[in-house]
Amino acid sequence: MTTETAELVRQHLIDPEICIRCNTCQEMCPIGAIEHDSNNYVVKFEVCNWCNDCIGPCPTGAIDNYRNVTRDRPYSLEEQYGWGALPAQVDLAPGEGAEADLPADVARMTSIATAGQGGPGSPPWSAAHPYVNLFAPSRPATATITGNYRLTAADASADIRHIVLDFGQTTFPVLEGQSIGILPPGTDEHGKPHAMRLYSVASPRNGERPGYNNLALTVKRVTEDYDGQPVVGVCSNYLCDLDKGAKVQVCGPYGTSFLMPNHPNSSIMMICTGTGSAPMRAMTERRRRRMALNEGGQLMLFFGARTPDELPYCGPLGRLPKALIDVNFAFSRVPGSVKQYVQDKIRERHEEVFRLLQDGNCYIYICGLKGMENGVVEAFRDICRQHGGDWEKLKPELLAQARLHIETY
Amino acid sequence: MSIDYSEKIPNNVDLASNKTLQRALEHWQPAYLDWWGEMGPDKTTTAEVYLRTAISVDPKGWAHFDYVKMPEYRWGIFLAPAEADRKINFGEHKGQPAWQEVPGEYRSTLRRIIVTQGDTEPASVEQQRHLGMTCPSLYDMRNLFQVNVEEGRHLWAMVYLLHAHFGRDGREEGEALLERRSGDADNPRILTAFNEKTPDWLSFFMFTFITDRDGKYQLAALAESGFDPLSRTCRFMLTEEAHHLFVGESGISRIIQRTCELMAQHKTDDPAKLRAMGVIDLPTLQKYLNFHYSVTSDLYGAEISSNAASFYTNGLKGRFEETRLGDDHRLDTAEYPVMEVTGDKIVTRHVAALTALNERLRDDWVKDVQAGVDRWNKVPEKLGIPFRFMLPHKGFHRRIGVFDGLHVSPDGRIISEAEWTHKHNDWLPTAEDRVFVQSLMGRVAEPGKFANWIAPPARGINNQPVDFEYVRFN
Repeated sequence: MTTETAELVRQHLIDPEICIRCNTCQEMCPIGAIEHDSNNYVVKFEVCNWCNDCIGPCPTGAIDNYRNVTRDRPYSLEEQYGWGALPAQVDLAPGEGAEADLPADVARMTSIATAGQGGPGSPPWSAAHPYVNLFAPSRPATATITGNYRLTAADASADIRHIVLDFGQTTFPVLEGQSIGILPPGTDEHGKPHAMRLYSVASPRNGERPGYNNLALTVKRVTEDYDGQPVVGVCSNYLCDLDKGAKVQVCGPYGTSFLMPNHPNSSIMMICTGTGSAPMRAMTERRRRRMALNEGGQLMLFFGARTPDELPYCGPLGRLPKALIDVNFAFSRVPGSVKQYVQDKIRERHEEVFRLLQDGNCYIYICGLKGMENGVVEAFRDICRQHGGDWEKLKPELLAQARLHIETY
Repeated sequence: MSIDYSEKIPNNVDLASNKTLQRALEHWQPAYLDWWGEMGPDKTTTAEVYLRTAISVDPKGWAHFDYVKMPEYRWGIFLAPAEADRKINFGEHKGQPAWQEVPGEYRSTLRRIIVTQGDTEPASVEQQRHLGMTCPSLYDMRNLFQVNVEEGRHLWAMVYLLHAHFGRDGREEGEALLERRSGDADNPRILTAFNEKTPDWLSFFMFTFITDRDGKYQLAALAESGFDPLSRTCRFMLTEEAHHLFVGESGISRIIQRTCELMAQHKTDDPAKLRAMGVIDLPTLQKYLNFHYSVTSDLYGAEISSNAASFYTNGLKGRFEETRLGDDHRLDTAEYPVMEVTGDKIVTRHVAALTALNERLRDDWVKDVQAGVDRWNKVPEKLGIPFRFMLPHKGFHRRIGVFDGLHVSPDGRIISEAEWTHKHNDWLPTAEDRVFVQSLMGRVAEPGKFANWIAPPARGINNQPVDFEYVRFN
């Protein structure tokens, strides 16, 4: 199957169970994409351009439906005319791609991660269209480990690793900011297969190595729980211990809103701790590879860790050109130094931060432990007040414009 | 007092620069608001209703949703966008440019057509004015009020035509539209069906499903008119009418759903048991269907009509989807089958199609009603209940046309006075049926709650959840 024919698309359809055959949609459609017989109203797949002029006027909501299809196999008019009800959303085979319902685990984790912004939001207007849910847990893709090395110093308390997965001939398109699910082998104490874990992709869309069908993850070996009690994280330990050549079961990709803007002159403010740096690395690397295009915009990073040794990608980050990115590290456990958290660095840079908060072309990303979220928001609030602004007014605007993205865990 | 016309009265007829029209409306608008206060939805002036307001004719503008107090609803004047070089598409003027002004020789006929259509709009608001007090949910209450304000807007649309094109006569007719009252013995509304009561929500849903569908077909026929402003006005009204049909069709469907659920659950089709459980048994629904269907059928007028023929020949009122029909659009020689009574037999005879245009429009409507009834029948079918709703024969319970003065059974037999007397209580709602239905009508006005006799809708309005606060009380 060629890439062309396998392309996943949404087909606009009308629900014959709710439709009252009032003709409003056909009347409204400016390009003649809707027609009817004595049974049903139907949408011409090759004509409909999703202008949505028909959606608001429909009195029933019947018009507001779609099904996932591959471009070469949409539902024909004959099929649509024959329907008494819409067909079920088809779960397409691997490789064909399906935007079907997310696994419950993913939906639950996403809702927890995005609680700080009131649930999953919209992506920036210039974000690329993400593929999601191409591989379900019942039908995962297989990737091969082609790299696994420690990012933190050997004597640092945290073991954070950079792990590269290669997908070979399997289609697994990702965008910066998306996550993938890893299925650790084996079963839990109840004999059930281990639950899937989500990891944010740390490499840009065209691969950890440009042009290769691979991606990178930033994985921290979990050795204690939130309260500091010793615990062995099933999936992280599994991943961190994998050797080159090992096979991994992968689901996803997931995520439709924590995506980077792509328009020229768009700026990105990134605030992260620990492995929350993964999507920031992906976006930064995407921009670095495109520096020569002089697309404008700036990158500003606030990155917190206990010590420099525990900060993943510390060295490479430090070597990035100043013209590309404005890097601000905050360390909280450096002996002999004042404890600094990301919010302290944000406050220090208040003028620049306020300017970016006001800049309609700047998109703000927060990723890391839940604990950092309040501190960052407090800092934003203070900075707004200091500059005569109002965070309470600004925040809903940022969310409405898809300029504020929070993923914390 | 000056009015900011584009803000107060959303319009696409350049009201701001039309002084004559402004003067006419300045006089009429306060009278309209008085009428709304007196005859519009009862005890609702302070409620904020999640309503759709048309603020322009483009797809984004005509479905603008927001909380509105009904007396502050912005009744606008909208004509569907003009079609460049539109021609008259039927009758003896076929091929000539559509009229932008009223042709002198058709002036009184057109005025009568517009007044008759316009009169139904405030009439239905009057018929439905008490229903808000017994709504089965906030969702339904909101839908009722949406229907009401849009009927009000349709009155505006017709009054606009009268003011803009019929001078002093038009202004007087505009006033008279606010003076007649549904059901008033001395000054009733023009058409009989619009003087009937709409005493309960079952009647309301039947009315919007069946009688508003007559509105759809009348508007569709007028949308073909050679008088372009009338055509454009009606085309825009049709988009709003669709919501009214939806309210009726889905309302009855939800009642059927609820009754069938209990029938399946308790494995009974005994009307007495079902009534005791507080739902409306299916035979009673069938009787209401028979009643509304037959009364509305009369609205199309006599099967053979020389008036209808001259409306067509003169290019004033076309057929349903006239321009999509593939014939000569003059009907010089075409024939059309019409029912007739010979002795005690109902027979079909072919007559000149031109004289049978009322019947043809009625048949188009029947087909549309039948399709809706077929969709209702899927509800019992899905729940494994054998009951199916059926439309009665066209001659059943008619007061106009060839069946007037006769008794016809729902299955199409001419029957004696004695049989009718004996059976009609099985076919039409009895006083007892109406009292029972009335007894179910209590007010449910808590978000997400529904009266026991009706199922919640499959989805909310404008993608809002079903338990959305569709009406806020202050």
